[in-house]
Amino acid sequence: MFKSFLGGIHPHDGKELAKDQLIETMPLPAVLVVPMGQHIGAPCTPTVKVGDLVKKGQLIGTSQAFMHADIHAPSSGKVVKIEERPHPGPASTMCNAVVIETDGEDAWADGLPLERDWHTMDNEAILAAIQQAGIVGMGGATFPAHIKLKPAKPVDVLILNGAECEPYLTADYRLMLEESSRIVTGVEILTKLLGVQRSVIAIEDNKPEAIKAMKKACEGKNIEVAGLKTKYPQGAEKMLIKVVAGREVPAGGLPMDVGAVVQNVGTAAAIADAVVHGIPLIERITTVSGDAIAQPKNLRVRIGTSYRDAIAFCGGFKEQPDKLLAGGPMMGLAQFDEDVPILKGASGILALTKKLTEHPDESPCIRCGRCVRACPMQLIPSMLSILSERQDFEKCRDNYGLMNCVECGCCTYVCPAKRNIVQYIKLAKGWVRGEQAKARAKAAAEKAAQEAKSAEKKEGAAK
Amino acid sequence: MSEEMKKEPAAPAAPAETKVEAKASPAAVKPAPAAKPEPDPVFTVSASPHIRDGETISHIMWNVNLALLPAAIFAVWWFGMCALVNMVVGIVAAVAAEYIWQKAMHQRVTAFDGSACITGLLLAMSMSPLLPPYMVAIGSVIAIIIAKQSMGGLGFNIFNPAHIGRAALMASWPVAMTTWTKIQDFSGAGVDVMTSATPLNILKMQGYDALVATFGGQGALYEHLFLGTRNGSLGETSTVLLLLGGLYLIYRGYIDWVVPACMIGTVGLLTWIFGPAGLFTGDPLFHMMAGGLVLGAFFMATDMVTIPMTRKGQIVFAVGAGAITVLIRLVGGYPEGVCYSILLMNAVTPLIDRFMKPKIFGTGGNK
Repeated sequence: MFKSFLGGIHPHDGKELAKDQLIETMPLPAVLVVPMGQHIGAPCTPTVKVGDLVKKGQLIGTSQAFMHADIHAPSSGKVVKIEERPHPGPASTMCNAVVIETDGEDAWADGLPLERDWHTMDNEAILAAIQQAGIVGMGGATFPAHIKLKPAKPVDVLILNGAECEPYLTADYRLMLEESSRIVTGVEILTKLLGVQRSVIAIEDNKPEAIKAMKKACEGKNIEVAGLKTKYPQGAEKMLIKVVAGREVPAGGLPMDVGAVVQNVGTAAAIADAVVHGIPLIERITTVSGDAIAQPKNLRVRIGTSYRDAIAFCGGFKEQPDKLLAGGPMMGLAQFDEDVPILKGASGILALTKKLTEHPDESPCIRCGRCVRACPMQLIPSMLSILSERQDFEKCRDNYGLMNCVECGCCTYVCPAKRNIVQYIKLAKGWVRGEQAKARAKAAAEKAAQEAKSAEKKEGAAK
Repeated sequence: MSEEMKKEPAAPAAPAETKVEAKASPAAVKPAPAAKPEPDPVFTVSASPHIRDGETISHIMWNVNLALLPAAIFAVWWFGMCALVNMVVGIVAAVAAEYIWQKAMHQRVTAFDGSACITGLLLAMSMSPLLPPYMVAIGSVIAIIIAKQSMGGLGFNIFNPAHIGRAALMASWPVAMTTWTKIQDFSGAGVDVMTSATPLNILKMQGYDALVATFGGQGALYEHLFLGTRNGSLGETSTVLLLLGGLYLIYRGYIDWVVPACMIGTVGLLTWIFGPAGLFTGDPLFHMMAGGLVLGAFFMATDMVTIPMTRKGQIVFAVGAGAITVLIRLVGGYPEGVCYSILLMNAVTPLIDRFMKPKIFGTGGNK
């Protein structure tokens, strides 16, 4: 049995709404809106023009920047517009997007799909296949996979994140049940690529069927399936590494600092498709659920499908929704527009009624310490929130470990005074990031001035 | 769940919720999938998390009141109507003082969230049942206005309000505060002693042997202390019923068991070590059940507003309060020291909080 991490909460998981719904393939929508920013890093530049005909799997966006993931046409059709379109975030609410009118033929680009034997491919070819497929972390963080899979430090453990600790979401669960062999192929590829001794598929023990299915699929293979004690935020990278490998990622560090790499199970499945078949990341499984959705479902959807279409396919709203969320209720982003597209990192679309989202007004902190006990990072959220409320951001940073916050929201969830604790913390973090940017700009300017000076001196000396 | 929670917060995260109209997209390229008879819903936009658990301050506070109820009911049965009158007066005065203050200051009225009720009830329970009701009322008003509201209200008070009220009354009417009910025949078995002193009083004035003699044996002494059939403050006598309430609060997760355990344990340990006839001759069991210790340890040393927030800090607080209690009982001028010990430790709570921070994840603390 694995020892759980400190802190954490047990929210009502709401997974019963969609957990028994088989993955359903959503029919091709008439229009796909494919934003150029779907990953952490630089947004892509379109490689197509308005009027171009594109094929399914064709590259339509790329970038010169190191930190990016290529973007491909999710179906065949005509590029009708390239313009700013609503974006679910978090970086912005608008993003340059390629709008494709689908032709219904869904014709593959030349040569796709391939049939390759990944056993015979060398690591470079595997990494190239992953990079060309534009794969990102599909749990929601959207970190480009090919960068994460080329760690600068030696790693010895690979953890596959099947925790799905966000309430309501069941996409990974259905994937593990129904398409476990895809995941296993992906894990085998990743194990070879990273050269790790230990590969662990981590699943919370509130999904016994998924644990069973994955165990069966992993029979005879050197892959561990770990049932972890259910607790939010199990799926946070740092918590998962702590529980599975017993290692603590140092403050401000990365998983590779403790020899670990974490990938979502959905990402592993996408990597299998990319390496074996050369299929880029153009579709994913996403949960459409919440108490306002008429028929909650787990959908296989093309990237670029609008929330409106996906919700309509699930029978629309049965009750007046109050919040529309991209992702889960703990860390998901609230949307104000149904016309945002499903992106590579969209683990779920939730529509919640006022019954779930309305809370009493906040009142002063009564110092009960519930947030201190709930914080998985062992911070003192109440003090951070009080200091941030006073705009004493420096003290937050210097005395209370502000930047260690992972923004999981446990503190706000448990607060009996209904204080918006994590929101105050995000505010303070935003200020610190601004200060950091300012400091960087100042340092750069000083450096430039100094260089100019020394150049002048040289010139003077030359004279 | 995101596998990597390092994403940037959505814009500058605004703590307040804002309503944003769903945009009627001007360049409406999108052919609607179905005819929409209704207008688009208007979504509320705010930073995550979007769900909360059902716990509220008033829920916690009323549960604490509930936990005090068994001991309060026992007090009415044991001391009679004067106990009921004092408790009702204490509660009404506290709630009324809070209500009037908040109305006068144009604040949100939270007088009925249960916390003023606890203050009034605890104050009455920690004083003699013979105290004139008007004094109880004055104590309640001092507790609410001076100790709580003038500091900024619930959450900002440094000292436990009920104890401030009690200390103020102790300074103002020392005689009335130490006049106890006359209770006859403790043992019920022929030792006909009339006493108007609390067990700790007898100990202070006449010594341990006289105390045991009053109750007719050590076993009887423990029995009376455990059940509550003894003299003392209104609500502090029944160890068993206070324990029951305290265990309920621990079970509900509102208080941490380490606080009462450390405070009562410290008292027991120190009174055993520093006994009347040399080292290790004390009677820890008596000291652990006597006076207001059980009431204080379970209901006042656990008052979340005025104690440290981290477990480590709470242990320091509880041990400190226990040690001061023993110091006052054995060396000081008063027979009982729970009230002042908790107040003194309240004063150092901010200091404890500053030094007893939990070790942040990833800084090599919890292996």
